Amino acid sequence: MITSDTFEPVLLEAAGIDDGHTIESYRSRGGYAPLEKLLSEKQPPEVVEMVKSSGLRGRGGAGFMTGLKWTFLPKDHPGPIYLCVNADESEPGTFNNRILMEDDPHQVLEGTIISAYATRASTAYIYLRYEYPKSWDILQKAIDEAYAAGFLGENIKGSGFSLDIYLHRGAAAYICGEETGLIESLEGKRAWPRIKPPFPAIEGVFRKPTVVNNIETMACVAQIARRGVDWFRSIGIPADPNNPRDPGSYGPKLYCLSGHVEKPGCYEAPLGITARELIDRFGGGVWKGRRAKAVIPGGISMGLMTEDELDTPLDFSGPGTVGCLGLGTAAVVVVDETVSIVDFLHNSCRFFAHESCGQCTPCREGTSWSLRMLERIRAGKGRLRDLDLLAEIGDTMGMMPGSTICGLADGAAWPIKNSIAKFRDEFEDYIKQTNPTGYMETDPVPALPIVTTH
Amino acid sequence: MIANRKVLTEDMLARIEALASRYPTKQALTLPALHVVHDELRHVPLDAVVEIAELLDLAPAEVQDTLTFYQFFYQDKPHGKVRAFVCRSISCALRGGEQVLDHLCEKAGIKPGETTADGNITIEPAECLGACDFAPCMLAGNDLHKDLTPEKADAFLESVGRQNG
Repeated sequence: MITSDTFEPVLLEAAGIDDGHTIESYRSRGGYAPLEKLLSEKQPPEVVEMVKSSGLRGRGGAGFMTGLKWTFLPKDHPGPIYLCVNADESEPGTFNNRILMEDDPHQVLEGTIISAYATRASTAYIYLRYEYPKSWDILQKAIDEAYAAGFLGENIKGSGFSLDIYLHRGAAAYICGEETGLIESLEGKRAWPRIKPPFPAIEGVFRKPTVVNNIETMACVAQIARRGVDWFRSIGIPADPNNPRDPGSYGPKLYCLSGHVEKPGCYEAPLGITARELIDRFGGGVWKGRRAKAVIPGGISMGLMTEDELDTPLDFSGPGTVGCLGLGTAAVVVVDETVSIVDFLHNSCRFFAHESCGQCTPCREGTSWSLRMLERIRAGKGRLRDLDLLAEIGDTMGMMPGSTICGLADGAAWPIKNSIAKFRDEFEDYIKQTNPTGYMETDPVPALPIVTTH
Repeated sequence: MIANRKVLTEDMLARIEALASRYPTKQALTLPALHVVHDELRHVPLDAVVEIAELLDLAPAEVQDTLTFYQFFYQDKPHGKVRAFVCRSISCALRGGEQVLDHLCEKAGIKPGETTADGNITIEPAECLGACDFAPCMLAGNDLHKDLTPEKADAFLESVGRQNG
């Protein structure tokens, strides 16, 4: 296996290269040649098989097997089939897709074209969040270059395969990153996630079979086509032989490192690097010589690891072993020892209260009330009972308890659950100190007006 | 084709219609059409909603439903000539993002979400802008302002004032 010591970045190979975003640069690095070879030598099912056997798991957050997702499309469908590329990157702490689109857009496009060929999609929409105007300009220019070079449009390189790629601009809503929310938004509606089944592969955008994949997943597909399945499987954490349901965590991963580190940035490493190694080796350590109090393993919705848990490998199964929701987007945010965990959780609750789409009552009300309680606690009117109420909200909203349509509520719940479970003493001390006469109150108390949501 | 057209210009119509072949339904043009109008007018007045609905064979309520879901769109009045989104999500908050937001608003004499009386600038809190490597950050127009400090915030406000006289 390639270890983090012997690993050379591939997804970020263009970083630091002048004009790395141009088609000339990409082709000089070997780009698009794999696409041409594959179009002339492989049938779509063989490409699906290639991605399936690579073990590639989606990089957007859920970690579902990409090749397997593609096999859910109906066989011999008359079409059209759509590919939606999810570039609505909005998970707090996450910016790897932005880096890929701005530094090496053709890598993303080549992966998209290969994925469309494999899934027999004739149109691909890249759903790009509004907040990335630079990515928009660079991607649009790259798409124009790809059309001019014959990699997009009718009958690509004489293969008989035709594909159009369009950019579609979002309007600042986190929920559009949920794949069926994205589909609804693309159709011109409010981005309310759909009840599944039917899954998008059967009935997706415009009621046609649809695959939704993340930008980094597309880049990985391009690299698998270029370097092969064996190369991809030589990186990362192999499947656990004692667990037949573990598909392993193969390939390179972009880790976003931010918060209280000396050198925030997007770093590429084999899946399974530990949070500690990432922080110390790439991030230059916790800033100002301080200690980490807590670390988000993969975007705020994944919850928190404590300092003692930083040797956890950041692969698809690692964060779950310490009570986190999962690897998520692999966005690692370091919170140093000076930060109040009450302030941290308030920030998290405010985010989710703002971004809940409002469709499912447990999420709409749960995110709103958790924020109201945190506002009250910070205003010196907290009660110990609030911690149990918060934990109850955390335990009851989400797809896992079965009370919501999508996973946004699970992501809202996890920081609450982890914070209270791992830092309960700090919450209790804070409440006792700031509300010495009322912290034992158990009768209902009036809510304070929310002043900071919008 | 639109009776009593008041808001949508020929140019706006042309820009919307140029996108029509990309989508198999007219409704999918809702967000692109709202963006075309918003880019130009810095808000989408109700008259424009009615006209977009007519253009796309939708009920005005359908377009309005979509518009109001995305907090991005202004309706009653335009946002300022410059619209600044200041990130308040976790990575920026850990590095002083909320203080920068407060500082900017205090200097501009407005509350978060408001527009200055001269209409030059709107300052809004934003959720994660996806630039946590440059926290705290702000997106103003198409420009990403990185590693903000109160000094950089002051310089930004001055440049906005200079641009708009």
